[in-house]
Amino acid sequence: MGQPRINSSSEAAALVAQRIRQLERESRRENLGRAWYKLSRNPMSVVGLAMVLSLILLAIAAPWVTPYPKHAGPFTDFANAKIPPCGRYLLGTDQIGRDILTRIIFGLRSSLLMGVVVLALVVPPGVLLGLLAGYFHGTWIDTLIMRITDIFLAVPPLILALAVASVLKPNLWNGMMAVSLMWWPWYTRLVYGLAVALRNEYFVTAAEITGASAGHILFREMLPNVLSPVFTKMSIDIAWVIIIGSMLSYVGLGVQPPEPSLGTMISDGARYLPDQWWIAVFPALAIVVVVLGFNLLGDGIRDMFAAEEI
Amino acid sequence: MTADILTITDLKKYFVVGHKGIRRREPITVKAVDGVSFAVREGETFGLVGESGSGKSTVAYVTVGMYRPTAGSIHFRGQPLFGEKGERPLALKKEIQIVFQDPGSSLNPRRTIKQILELPLRIHRPQDNRLEQILALLEMVELPADYMYKYPRMLGGGEKQMVAIARALATQPSFVILDEPTSALDVSIQGKIINLLMRLQREFHLSYLFITHDLSLMRNVASRVAIMYLGKVCEIAETVEFFRSPYHPYTQMLLSSIPVVSEEEEQLKPRKIISTGEIPSPVNIPSGCSFHLRCPYKMEICTRIDPVMVQVGEGHLVRCHLHGQPGEASHEE
Repeated sequence: MGQPRINSSSEAAALVAQRIRQLERESRRENLGRAWYKLSRNPMSVVGLAMVLSLILLAIAAPWVTPYPKHAGPFTDFANAKIPPCGRYLLGTDQIGRDILTRIIFGLRSSLLMGVVVLALVVPPGVLLGLLAGYFHGTWIDTLIMRITDIFLAVPPLILALAVASVLKPNLWNGMMAVSLMWWPWYTRLVYGLAVALRNEYFVTAAEITGASAGHILFREMLPNVLSPVFTKMSIDIAWVIIIGSMLSYVGLGVQPPEPSLGTMISDGARYLPDQWWIAVFPALAIVVVVLGFNLLGDGIRDMFAAEEI
Repeated sequence: MTADILTITDLKKYFVVGHKGIRRREPITVKAVDGVSFAVREGETFGLVGESGSGKSTVAYVTVGMYRPTAGSIHFRGQPLFGEKGERPLALKKEIQIVFQDPGSSLNPRRTIKQILELPLRIHRPQDNRLEQILALLEMVELPADYMYKYPRMLGGGEKQMVAIARALATQPSFVILDEPTSALDVSIQGKIINLLMRLQREFHLSYLFITHDLSLMRNVASRVAIMYLGKVCEIAETVEFFRSPYHPYTQMLLSSIPVVSEEEEQLKPRKIISTGEIPSPVNIPSGCSFHLRCPYKMEICTRIDPVMVQVGEGHLVRCHLHGQPGEASHEE
């Protein structure tokens, strides 16, 4: 049987290799360019991306960009308490004289950290279990994974978070654990539905009959095809996690004082409504901005992937 | 006469689609393939024709190892494809490959052409220089080397099918199943794909199992043809014989329904039978000969007894009560 081969000297082979590398670079640049074009076609998603990026930068650079970094810690200045927004305190001060702008920016840190950590804990196992259940669709592995998923889905996340936080020491980390425990089944469900459909695609069959391993089929054939909805869900979920984190802080089960958190600031400020409105309203607006930014970005990512299918 | 590369003996594949009865214990089965036997010779193109739902694709999928057969056996060069249990050996996976009908769904949209072609090379030819082989494969199917880093969605339908063909040939198989390889493509590209397939067959001495419902295409590519109806083969013959003197009423019906342009072409058709009815559901297969509901020559026996395959000529087999019943007069004029 004849075998297709290229007869070439080593020089020609080197030239070919060079040309291939160039092609690879070009196509990578082209694909990046296309992704950006699709995202930028929707101006709102660019706004969302800009919001998210600047919030992250702001949170990272908090100690250097805030006017009164000391106000993030144990600090009191009753002489300057409850000052309305002015030149010195752009968003005013709270009931014990701390700068609200400073505390909001530091509060972003724990909010964003919570969002990122929860998703990092939740997404990999959730996606993996969904893929496995889909891959073994119709077998006992599928049944086992999906019934456990259903049990976890039946418990409302906030209730469990409250339960965990009240049993364990109430702090940010235990709150995150509680939320994570409840959040993975949503990813399992999402990925499972997609994986079951993918299982019957001819490209999966083609890989299988050629002799590809289960690992190859799971991670190289199926996984890349479930990532776009997962990314979309992540960008919207991070906003939800931040809201739940703020709720936990609001009821006193999240971040503990004096560390600033948006939820605690709102609950403390609520007592001074409506006269000293700035104490509660600005942290609330900060949550709105964060959630809006991630939601806009999520819409953009979804549209980007949708356009790719065409 | 050349040796057989693939021998299918009394192959049956039933799918359980649900359960009936009060305790839902009686399975409802679809007899997708119900006792099919034929052999493909080395280097030939064996055509398998039939309407949608006749079970021709199921034969292909069982052969390639997607499903295990319910009964019967398939031998590849004398070696059984389905043992007592367990995986098909890698060496056999290498020898038998398939090109699916729709290249849109047979290529992973999230993998580049390079990654798609790499997989069979990595599994079956780990010692070869992979990049060189990918370039050679692309050249073989007449695609430019730049296509390596493209995704399937950036390619046209015909180009995608060429990639699918390249992937099938990457393992250097000797037997390739072509499951309607052109029916999802534009007419202008179909010819190109067929020519490519024929050239590759000559170059690498491939044996094809060519599945289609397009009889005119079959006439041009196949050396022998089998026709399937409701999971059973009705007639097998050399292509020339098949088109010149079909015996089975179903074959005659299909041949009369080939659309033609001119009167002369119409004259070439063997015998006019108006096509009536549609293929029944394979869940409720009619008793006796499954074709009797649509057959213009239906006899009393047809509703009761399923005919058996008989030889009516050199390599020409027919499964019909009209033909070859010992002692009975032949229906042919």
